[in-house]
Amino acid sequence: MALLQIAEPGESTAPHQHRLAVGIDLGTTNSLVATVRSGLTVVLGDDFGRPLLPSVVRYLPDNPPQVGYEAQGAQVVDPRNTIVSVKRFMGRGLHDIAERESMPYLFDDKLGMLRLHTAAGLKSPVEISADILRTLRQRAEVSLGGPLVGAVITVPAYFDDAQRQATKDAARLAGLPVLRLLNEPTAAAIAYGLDNAAEGVYAVYDLGGGTFDISILRLSRGIFEVLATGGDSALGGDDFDQRIFCWMLETAKLKPLSVEDARMLLTRAREAKEYLTFHGVAPIGARLNSGETVDLTLTTEIFTDITRTLVAKTIQPVKKALRDAGLSTSDVKGVVMVGGATRMPQVQRAVGEFFKQDPLNNLDPDKVVAIGAATQANLLAGNRAAGDDWLLLDVIPLSLGLETMGGLVEKIVPRNATIPTARAQEFTTFRDGQTALAIHVVQGERELVADCRSLARFELRGIPPMVAGAARIRVTFQVDADGLLAVAAREQISGVEASIVVKPSYGLTDDEIAGMLKDSLLHVKDDAHQRALKESQVDAQRLIEAVHSALAADGDLLAAEDRRRVDAGLDKLRVAAQGDNRRQIMLAMDDLEADTKEFAARRMNKSIRQAFAGRNINELDGEPTAVGTGESA
Amino acid sequence: MAVTLSERAAKHVVKYMTKRGKGIGLRLGVRTSGCSGMAYKLEFADAANPDDIEFESHGVRVLVDPKSLPYLDGTELDFAREGLNEGFKFNNPNVKDACGCGESFNV
Repeated sequence: MALLQIAEPGESTAPHQHRLAVGIDLGTTNSLVATVRSGLTVVLGDDFGRPLLPSVVRYLPDNPPQVGYEAQGAQVVDPRNTIVSVKRFMGRGLHDIAERESMPYLFDDKLGMLRLHTAAGLKSPVEISADILRTLRQRAEVSLGGPLVGAVITVPAYFDDAQRQATKDAARLAGLPVLRLLNEPTAAAIAYGLDNAAEGVYAVYDLGGGTFDISILRLSRGIFEVLATGGDSALGGDDFDQRIFCWMLETAKLKPLSVEDARMLLTRAREAKEYLTFHGVAPIGARLNSGETVDLTLTTEIFTDITRTLVAKTIQPVKKALRDAGLSTSDVKGVVMVGGATRMPQVQRAVGEFFKQDPLNNLDPDKVVAIGAATQANLLAGNRAAGDDWLLLDVIPLSLGLETMGGLVEKIVPRNATIPTARAQEFTTFRDGQTALAIHVVQGERELVADCRSLARFELRGIPPMVAGAARIRVTFQVDADGLLAVAAREQISGVEASIVVKPSYGLTDDEIAGMLKDSLLHVKDDAHQRALKESQVDAQRLIEAVHSALAADGDLLAAEDRRRVDAGLDKLRVAAQGDNRRQIMLAMDDLEADTKEFAARRMNKSIRQAFAGRNINELDGEPTAVGTGESA
Repeated sequence: MAVTLSERAAKHVVKYMTKRGKGIGLRLGVRTSGCSGMAYKLEFADAANPDDIEFESHGVRVLVDPKSLPYLDGTELDFAREGLNEGFKFNNPNVKDACGCGESFNV
């Protein structure tokens, strides 16, 4: 018979309705799959009980690919067909890959999409990741005894849209429904938050195989809020291996290596790194194909020394994230260590010194992310226990807004707004009879469109002709739980609408985001000044338009001399509006308004008279009595 | 009249309860649903109901509601591992036939 798990009180599922859901940490070096079983989150092991699945895939000409330890073992003998750290290629083009020269792969960059030549044909990073995910899916289905309803897959916080989309595609290819993509540090916070449930501000320092992420989180009354994130999507444990590798080449004065030798020495480098976590000295010995032998001794001191810059490189984003959150190290109540690379003593020490406290590491840093993802998957699959209603809030990294008249940005969704979110604002037309509205979606913190990043443009057409300012156009920004943006515009009176979903190019790298944030702070004063100037230019333009259309309609109400004065005022304002002297624009506007005051009053009277005449035409046989001001005489 | 746990099952229940951090014991029961009449209920218990019938087996408090007891009397809850899958198993002498997967049964 089927094997049952213990449920929370009142939460027993009906037969055949167990919702099997897993959390997957799709890592650069290793991947894991975890699930919630009898209220306990466990990482699922393979046939030998090993929890980690090395993220390594080896392609063979006639057989299905090997995934995991088996493939890892073949790295040395078959490097070209054995793909490691494929996560670094996800959603990237060839030019994005920094160290491709030292990689043993045959890259193919046709169609602007990176692919690798293997014994089993051309493989894209998405297909290679799918092979890893498929292995994890099979492991989970065998362990849990049934098909999965879905998975929560974690990604680095700074994965852009192309990289997130590639991850989703890989899951689909592996036959795995994605319940949600979750930021890795956020998943780690879930794992720790549930186990320790202490309120306060926490930093999550995640140094994995290929990525570094720092997140500043606030835990209060069971709610997680991400205050700020930062990181470096090309820095991780692999780089430490690389440093040891380079040190070996220099110290042993080795000639250029064959692909096999390079791969073997990299493996030796990683072994030495792991050995140094618990020992002061690591011996490195290898016999190369070229006949040379390598016999070196790496000490903790040398290792610390050659990786000092790497460790320092992780502290910069930490400082930036703290500044972003408006906090200092003394506000941080705890530091959570995630990722196998945080086991290195010099990393623990550097983080401890920076935050002036010992980092938390009571959960296995390799498993934390998978455990958090599984907890989230269990909730999303509908297996939530009563009273377990905590929320999870993610934030958007940069404000989202629209271009308005004069090239100004109107922010609709402010930076650090929690997602999913939907915000709406009403806009109107600028000209009389305007029937279309161009909508330009931008991202950034600056006041001028030219200084922000353009995301998308679309047009709302078919607005019925109305006077300027009468149309009511509601623009809605919607950001879903995965951070994808949809913008819709709807004219409220006629009901015409248009919308757009912002696709992959939307993602920014962390460097770009950091750069844009820095710019916005540097230019606060400039921006405020520019904004004021542009606003008065737009106001001036609006006044000119209004006077023009009034003159066209009722020009005959003005005496020739008055008309000349108004025309002169118009010219003066037009010239001022082209310059950048805001005071001059304001003065010219004041003058023109004063000159047209009487004209406006006459027009008002005329229209009232017309309205009156219309209504009384059947009852009165002549001019109606003059209304209001004496100027009608 | 008794409902018991195998030693192995009791060990796992204690482990899960410790990790969960609360609860007074285990609640077993049956419900009328499923493809073959009845379905088992296996839950943590945070409180006992006044009419619950209690058993003690290998140090674990087992609660059964009186309506379920006739269907469960003589049952031993076991813990089993089948390949990579592991979980609890009802060895129930009252069962006449069960659906293919054994999640629901008839008496």
